[in-house]
Amino acid sequence: MSLDRATVARVADLARIAVPEEQLEPLVAELAGILSWVEQLAEVDTEGVEPLRSVHPIRRAWRPDEVADGNCREAILANAPEREDGFFVVPRVVE
Amino acid sequence: MSELARLGLVEARARLRRREISAVELTRACLEAMERGRHLNAFITETPDRALAMAEAADARLARGAGGLLEGLPVAVKDLFCTAGVRTTAGSKILANFVPPYESTVTARLWAEGAVLLGKTNLDEFAMGSSNTTSAFGPVINPWTPPGREPPLVPGGSSGGSAAAVAGFLCPAATGTDTGGSIRQPASFCGIVGIKPTYGRCSRFGIVAFASSLDQAGAFARSVEDAALLLQAMAGFDPKDGTSADLPVPDWSGGLSGRVKGLRIGIPREYRLDGMPAEIEALWAKGADWLRAQGAELVEVSLPHTRYALPTYYIVAPAEASSNLARYDGMRYGLRVPGRDLVDTYKRTRGAGFGAEVRRRILIGTYVLSAGYYDAYYLKAQKVRRKIVQDFEAAFTRCDALLTPTAPSAAFAIGEKSDDPVSMYLNDVFTVTVNLAGLPGISVPAGVSASGLPLGLQVIGRPWDEATILDVARALEEAAAFRALPPGAPEA
Repeated sequence: MSLDRATVARVADLARIAVPEEQLEPLVAELAGILSWVEQLAEVDTEGVEPLRSVHPIRRAWRPDEVADGNCREAILANAPEREDGFFVVPRVVE
Repeated sequence: MSELARLGLVEARARLRRREISAVELTRACLEAMERGRHLNAFITETPDRALAMAEAADARLARGAGGLLEGLPVAVKDLFCTAGVRTTAGSKILANFVPPYESTVTARLWAEGAVLLGKTNLDEFAMGSSNTTSAFGPVINPWTPPGREPPLVPGGSSGGSAAAVAGFLCPAATGTDTGGSIRQPASFCGIVGIKPTYGRCSRFGIVAFASSLDQAGAFARSVEDAALLLQAMAGFDPKDGTSADLPVPDWSGGLSGRVKGLRIGIPREYRLDGMPAEIEALWAKGADWLRAQGAELVEVSLPHTRYALPTYYIVAPAEASSNLARYDGMRYGLRVPGRDLVDTYKRTRGAGFGAEVRRRILIGTYVLSAGYYDAYYLKAQKVRRKIVQDFEAAFTRCDALLTPTAPSAAFAIGEKSDDPVSMYLNDVFTVTVNLAGLPGISVPAGVSASGLPLGLQVIGRPWDEATILDVARALEEAAAFRALPPGAPEA
């Protein structure tokens, strides 16, 4: 499939990455190159093959539902770009 | 340079235990070597004060006759492992000022065994790259760069800083992570040993995530026995990682025999690529001869889906990366670039914080996971991935380990292969299959190219059978007698 400028702009929007206008065109070419290269997978007959999600069968262990940590507000906020009164300050979410 | 900075882990450990040297002396020697080796740009953050304090504590334990597996041994840590109170950047602008409040499980194990943190090593941004040129902190220089050569050679990637630091004698050993070859390819380019264990051996807790079904921590050192020792300290079950294996860690270091007599070593036919440099083909044949001479039986095997491994990887890894990196939104930690509203803040933050390669992979991942394309790309890749795993299962019914080249070339120059992303991706053609199948793999320096640069051979094993690949690697190391030293290494 051929990738166009509008598709790349839409994908960048989905990924929440601002892409400067002048970088869009070269990006279209790069991504199209990568996608046409990965499309050779279409040659492989995968009829009836179960998709692989985990390489080793891992038995998920149950653990008691107990509080393991807490009371670490300062550690959680230590890297905050902006904070106030023990809370994160973020842009308005609800108008 | 101080003779101490040349010591490997096992030798230094013996001398520390005999009290011939102190951990502080050894640490100082490494810190001095790091200072003289700063032109390599191997470290993003050096931690000399912490290192000396840790070394003093180790000396006190050694004086009492106590101490862990790595007591008093200085190591470098790839800047992808979270270290409490020490800046952890993942080589990215978006985490340039991030100081983790917690410790990764792997590094916590190292400190519990008495190891000393020298600093955090440079890497490709978010471990995405094969040349360490995508780091926001600048490229790393391979210590094998001939004097005066411009531009200098890359150390490989993504764990380029760790590989250069060990090869350049700035430290005896370092941790790395390997998602598609990020330990083994730089080990090959820098003439050292690099091992990636079976997926699930080392906890991923506290390692900045790239592609969670492929990421695995491992070790760099200048000998197989040193790599075995470091890996042994890093590995082990961790309830904080749902994919961590609840299996005992064998005594790889103590059990290392180098015996290959009676082992069946597979040579995968499909790894003989068209246009592969003759010197790499010749070194591979030599490696097979060395093992045969030591009593191993060589068998040709087939891994028919090898050529589909890289395309599979470049769907699976970006898909997982696009999900993992969604967390960098500028709200709770990391860079924030304010915008008009919330969504604009996200976009500006991520636009400014991610470099070109990371952006490329997030966009590819977002695309292949988007509505209408999921089945054609992601689901298809997961199916081909199973075929690749089945190839290995079939091969391992006929052999105990596989021998292959590690990389399709020796180290190249900074700036080469940067125009075309796919040509850079091809570096991992021999290593990426191992990640897709979750197998253990090791690279051992086995010879030099016509231009005098190191070349590695790779040994691949069955799941959980690191012991066998360590023995095969030890046998190769002994036969290769690789003694060449990089011109960039400080003088003895």
